[in-house]
Amino acid sequence: MLGNDITSPVAINEMKKMNNQKVFNKDKIALVMDHFIPNKDIKSAENCKCCREFACKHEITNYFDVGEMGIEHALLPEKGLVVAGDTVIGADSHTCTYGALGAFSTGVGSTDMAAAMVTGKAWFKVPSAIRFELVGKPGKWVSGKDVILHIIGMIGVDGALYKSMEFTGEGIKNLTMDDRFTICNMAIEAGGKNGIFPVDALAVQYMKEHSKREFTIYEADADAEYEETYVIDLSQLKPTVSFPHLPENTRTIDQVEEIKIDQAVIGSCTNGRMDDMRAAAEVLKGRKVAKHVRCIVIPATQSIYLQAMREGLLEIFIEAGAVVSTPTCGPCLGGYMGILAEGERCISTTNRNFVGRMGHTKSEIYLASPAVAAASAVLGRIACPCEL
Amino acid sequence: MKANGHVFKYGDNVDTDVIIPARYLNATQGEELAEHCMEDIDKEFVHKVQKGDIMVANKNFGCGSSREHAPLALKCAGISCVIAETFARIFFRNAINIGLPIIECPEAAKAIQAGDEVEVDFDSGVITDKTTGASFTGQPFPEFMQKIITAGGLVNYINEA
Repeated sequence: MLGNDITSPVAINEMKKMNNQKVFNKDKIALVMDHFIPNKDIKSAENCKCCREFACKHEITNYFDVGEMGIEHALLPEKGLVVAGDTVIGADSHTCTYGALGAFSTGVGSTDMAAAMVTGKAWFKVPSAIRFELVGKPGKWVSGKDVILHIIGMIGVDGALYKSMEFTGEGIKNLTMDDRFTICNMAIEAGGKNGIFPVDALAVQYMKEHSKREFTIYEADADAEYEETYVIDLSQLKPTVSFPHLPENTRTIDQVEEIKIDQAVIGSCTNGRMDDMRAAAEVLKGRKVAKHVRCIVIPATQSIYLQAMREGLLEIFIEAGAVVSTPTCGPCLGGYMGILAEGERCISTTNRNFVGRMGHTKSEIYLASPAVAAASAVLGRIACPCEL
Repeated sequence: MKANGHVFKYGDNVDTDVIIPARYLNATQGEELAEHCMEDIDKEFVHKVQKGDIMVANKNFGCGSSREHAPLALKCAGISCVIAETFARIFFRNAINIGLPIIECPEAAKAIQAGDEVEVDFDSGVITDKTTGASFTGQPFPEFMQKIITAGGLVNYINEA
């Protein structure tokens, strides 16, 4: 079970109202300070202090603070805390990310978190399922982000409401683990309860590299019933952009007219992993961010930050005129580190483009892949990397 | 148990970012959150809402973030019930868990207009639009969820178990 610096303080308050105030298992709770840290203001500092004291008092094994933290959904798989067969609930909507490892994981609220910390239990309805059969191989600039934006555009922001989104088919062998994390991460943006991939050799390799825990592989029954099956040919997909103010407002990059941007954000639990850093660097290498554009790159974890440094990616970003930040959710939810003014437009690799999500209610967010965000930063308008 | 009040009406996909913008999520107390409830799509809401009022919306109410601050802000602003065509699942469970009554009823969500006086009887699931005289029956909850609601939320439910 998982909580962050926004949802955990509410859960801790709720837990204080309970007769039993002992945690059921100190090893099975992860508290990750990631949304507003390093503390953006006094109230955020108070919230983190509340979590820190709670973690200390209850001897929570997996408490991650400044210096060892990362954005929760990038951090937990990297630390080996989630493996196939696990059931994970998190007081954060993007907890559905871990389906990439063949775990059942879903977002809940703070009271659920409080109850689960004490009892080790949660209430669920068994969801029906939708199958997405992925075939073919994606083209050069098509990533997991484009796959999931395409799907959300196709079924809508409530197209999988309360349902399980199962990704399958021979095409998954052409998706990296980072692609799969991105795809499952945004299942919630279609209303999904969870997203899940089968566990193949690549997933097994990932778990062996990151975790010492034993895992259990579950497979869909041969006669499993699905409400719908969609076949998606990855080779036919194009880089995709979600227009304001819903993730379902998608257009392929060739349908995008000239849209000037003020900011590009590359990061978040959706797209702050190594693949994303490398894709952005490939586009930005030897180029410059357009003069009027702010480009903000946020590696999702300390380990990704370090690896990006070792590979020389941070140098590429900084020489291109981007800024590189410590891991944080920051601008994705309009916390800090890149808030938009009235009338400003941002191309962002994050997951939501709701009204006011990144700042002023009259600002606009366009969701896209890291490669498209980087190319847009260079050209000062929403653009395909193939234009460079 | 009954709710009775005037209606605030909204459309599809009212997300948790507009119910309570993240810039206020450094607060954890319901009363403070309620001061900013809905302000990004309806600046007048917090000035007009009266204790007991009812919110009506179309599909996918509460989509987006898992923030329990959203149902908490609505509850502390005085909203006694949310009626919608459908709810996003995390908002749905959060509302149940904190004791904010919600009802799924597509017919009521379509027919009821802003400003109407509406009564909701939670035992029978009957929604009555007192302004127009129309009545509707909402989706009943399974027994265990009824128990959580009757207890006033998940924490009380566990304490009583």
